[in-house]
Amino acid sequence: MASPVRALRLTALLPLLLILTGCDWVVMSPSGDVAMQQRDLIVISTALMLLIIVPVIALTLLFAWRYRSSNKDATYDPDWHHSTQLEVVIWAAPLVIIIALGAITWVSTHLLDPYRPLNRVADGRSVDQAAQPLEVQAVALDWKWLFIYPQYGIATVNELAAPVDRPISFRLTSTSVMNSFFIPALAGQIYAMPGMDTKLHAVINKAGVFNGFSANYSGAGFSDMRFKFHGVSGEEFEKWVADIKAGQGGNLDRAAYTGLAEPSVKEAPKRFQSVAPDLYDAILNRCVDPARMCMKDMMAVDAEGGMGMAGLRNVFERRVDVPGAPPATGSRFVAAVCTPQRPRDGEIKSAAATPIAFDKPLIDGAQPRSAGGMTE
Amino acid sequence: MTPNPASESVLFGKLSLAAIPLHEPILLATFAVVAIGGVAVLGALTYYRVWGWLWRDWLTSIDHKKIGIMYMILGVIMLLRGFSDAIMMRLQQAIAFGGSEGYLPPHHYDQIFTAHGVIMIFFVAMPFITGMMNYIVPLQIGARDVAFPFLNNFSFWMTTGGAVLVMMSLFVGEFAATGWLAYPPLSGIESSPTVGVDYYIWALQVAGVGTLLSGVNLIATIVKMRAPGMTMMRLPIFVWTALCSNILIVASFPVLTATLALLSADRYLGTAFFTNDFGGSAMMYVNLIWIWGHPEVYILILPAFGIFSEVTATYCGKRLFGYASMVYATVVITILSYLVWLHHFFTMGSGASVNSFFGITTMIISIPTGAKIFNWLFTMYRGRIRFELPMMWTVSFMVTFVIGGMTGVLLAVPPADFVLHNSLFLIAHFHNVIIGGVLFGLFAGIAYWFPKAFGFKLNTFWGTISFWCWTIGFYVAFMPLYVLGLMGVTRRLSKFDDPSLQIWFVIAALGAGLIAIGIASFLIQIYVSFRDREALTDTTGDPWDGRTLEWSTSSPPPAYNFAFTPVVHDLDAWHDMKKRGYVRPTDGFIPIHMPKNTGAGVVLAGISTLLGFALIWHIWWLAGLSFVALIATAIGHTFNYSRDFHIPASDVVMTENERTRLLGAGA
Repeated sequence: MASPVRALRLTALLPLLLILTGCDWVVMSPSGDVAMQQRDLIVISTALMLLIIVPVIALTLLFAWRYRSSNKDATYDPDWHHSTQLEVVIWAAPLVIIIALGAITWVSTHLLDPYRPLNRVADGRSVDQAAQPLEVQAVALDWKWLFIYPQYGIATVNELAAPVDRPISFRLTSTSVMNSFFIPALAGQIYAMPGMDTKLHAVINKAGVFNGFSANYSGAGFSDMRFKFHGVSGEEFEKWVADIKAGQGGNLDRAAYTGLAEPSVKEAPKRFQSVAPDLYDAILNRCVDPARMCMKDMMAVDAEGGMGMAGLRNVFERRVDVPGAPPATGSRFVAAVCTPQRPRDGEIKSAAATPIAFDKPLIDGAQPRSAGGMTE
Repeated sequence: MTPNPASESVLFGKLSLAAIPLHEPILLATFAVVAIGGVAVLGALTYYRVWGWLWRDWLTSIDHKKIGIMYMILGVIMLLRGFSDAIMMRLQQAIAFGGSEGYLPPHHYDQIFTAHGVIMIFFVAMPFITGMMNYIVPLQIGARDVAFPFLNNFSFWMTTGGAVLVMMSLFVGEFAATGWLAYPPLSGIESSPTVGVDYYIWALQVAGVGTLLSGVNLIATIVKMRAPGMTMMRLPIFVWTALCSNILIVASFPVLTATLALLSADRYLGTAFFTNDFGGSAMMYVNLIWIWGHPEVYILILPAFGIFSEVTATYCGKRLFGYASMVYATVVITILSYLVWLHHFFTMGSGASVNSFFGITTMIISIPTGAKIFNWLFTMYRGRIRFELPMMWTVSFMVTFVIGGMTGVLLAVPPADFVLHNSLFLIAHFHNVIIGGVLFGLFAGIAYWFPKAFGFKLNTFWGTISFWCWTIGFYVAFMPLYVLGLMGVTRRLSKFDDPSLQIWFVIAALGAGLIAIGIASFLIQIYVSFRDREALTDTTGDPWDGRTLEWSTSSPPPAYNFAFTPVVHDLDAWHDMKKRGYVRPTDGFIPIHMPKNTGAGVVLAGISTLLGFALIWHIWWLAGLSFVALIATAIGHTFNYSRDFHIPASDVVMTENERTRLLGAGA
């Protein structure tokens, strides 16, 4: 058993080596403060667990060697099968580790909650309260990333930039399927899901170009759903924004977005010099096509008790979200409701129509659209 | 590949010749191999005129031992399929660098990783575990069969029906390209309009019936059919883990069935449970599927823990240390496994308090698991360890599993999970516990109980080669994945840009090659052992100086297991009987009441599989017809009153005298 034991011991050391030599791996040496704290947590938790794992592995190999049947010198006690003291120790030892780890988990999960605005940009440097965080609205499309900068009125595809040491506040959603937004050097990931608004707060501390990608499999073009994240100085960022504004990127309105949303693979970075201000909201509420009722309006109607049977006539049978796909069975959606601002169904066919501001539920006032208006 | 739904025909639904993947050379070659192999097997069966024997003695058998063996065979066959998928993935990832797309287009690659996951969990690990429980549990509790022998046969064939559907998807149509849990909206009709997800749904639904019923069956068996004197706290530890595992099956598989039913309603009927529109919530699916999915991993690992406990006690020649605490640990794990499902999606934006709650409950599971490891450790302490194959697997498991456990607890820390979720670190973690835990346990169990089932031991030379190839191969294949995970590489990618990653994937592929040698050695081991069965034969029925009741009967056990139901006075009943100088009765045998074989299970499962196929391809007339046939056959079977018979006392005498002769010859 000599060589097997040695081989086992060596392999047991492997994970330890991983931690020790992990200095140039992005998760172990990130460039953003949040990812840095997550790295520290990995190291601390691993060290805590090794306190119990290493002795267990060592004892396993020691006992396996010492009590091998050919070793007649070792004590053999076939009836020894209980020891209250030992039982207390074997339950208490993992318990103590888990209490420590549990406490660390509770605190760190709250401190590093991605929804929580940052209170520091790096160890010992708190956030400048006067400076606004950079807002980015990220949208996962089949199969590329759209980034909208609402403070600057620009948008980019498969390219993201942010100034060093300025907190970034991401809002994330998706058009068709689930993706996960992940820049390992910056911070941990958060899912981008259709009809849902998720959040992530992060800050980049070093200038450089970092990899970003979707970390949740989303279909055929998934492997190419990658982008570069540029950490740049404040001036460079302003210049980058100005370049985009002065460029030939065009305007990202609803029509342009609908074209962009068509599935495509390996999309090259793209820049839009302006962007419709309510685009993210429309994507999130699944009503970029103005014919569709926005989810928030639907929810407002439902919150008021719904439209009853009349609401059923509001269902629209058409396929809009995946152009070119075969008509799927039962593919329907809830159409927008007539309002004083949108009195006729003719508007529905025009993609350029302004969506209505659905401030008040229309249960009392407006009538559901006639069934005739629903068919195309 | 699949025709436009608009062109569905009444007679064949969506099915047409275009569904046969003639343009995929890899699939064609596979089909050729399968077809030639299949024809060879069928030809051999006909040539040796064994069809009748096969049908009467095996396929229609309600003997729990034969069903157990058939489950194991199913597991081995599906392991070969699932492992072929693994090798193809490793190869693709090792070469798809620097602009190369590899040899698999994304659509094919995506089906392969989906099929790998589905097959390995549902059609390899589950049949192995169920087969093991089927064979061993009745023997360990001194019973003659399970509580519902026909149901057992039916369960097996339903599981096989699901496996048949998965295999069929290889050559007729395609399989899901969604990942093994088929999250919507990706698995919805809009993003996956082809039959792939339908194959997934109906394969799992058909197999799920089998799993659920076998869970009910084994619970009833353990609760109601224990030998006199075998109180709950005298149950062999494997039976305890089997009980907990089956309780988990019965409580969680209906959730899977319901979830998949809702997904099929979305796909077939246009409902909106998990859709993007109409207020559907895909996250509801993610919650539901993991409410089944997390207990599922404990369904697999608990019986493996049981095997390690039996093996450790036997080969250390020592009573298991801390039996009571082992039982409590098992029960605590069973309960806690329901309180942790959200740790699979910390990254979907739950609040910090919710995330910490599920993170901490997950960590708490490591306390009873740790206690189990210590119990095995202290069973070894002051033992006299014989390093036969099962014990080698056990030691390798203890070292490997604690590493997997450690990375698992690390993933349970939500902020750490944010950077490790869906990465290759996660892949390495769950292969670490499933290979290092479940699979090593199964190999230990196979080597341990093989002589019981077949009357001869397994060849140790090839077994040792298989052991080392698996153990070293596992580390070579998966340690690089831990590294890649820490380098920020995510799962399910079909190609890579960064050339510095390639070396790690090449190492991992070499590891998979070692594992392939391990699997080949295992098959050679079975063959060589069968060839040398005279030399390896065991006439005693107790080749390892065992401690539990299965070793008190002959190897292989007679159809009725025990001529007289044993009476239990202590834990480790057989050890206790041997110690007290038990003398095997050699006369006074009476006729034994036994259940009769029936073909109803094969027929029902066959019709269910046909029903699944019809639903997958929208062949509505066939679906209607097979559904009616299914119900009619089931009702018809209830009128089958010829369900039992008595083994005449003379037969029992003959069998027992033969055993007496063998025992005398061996002494």
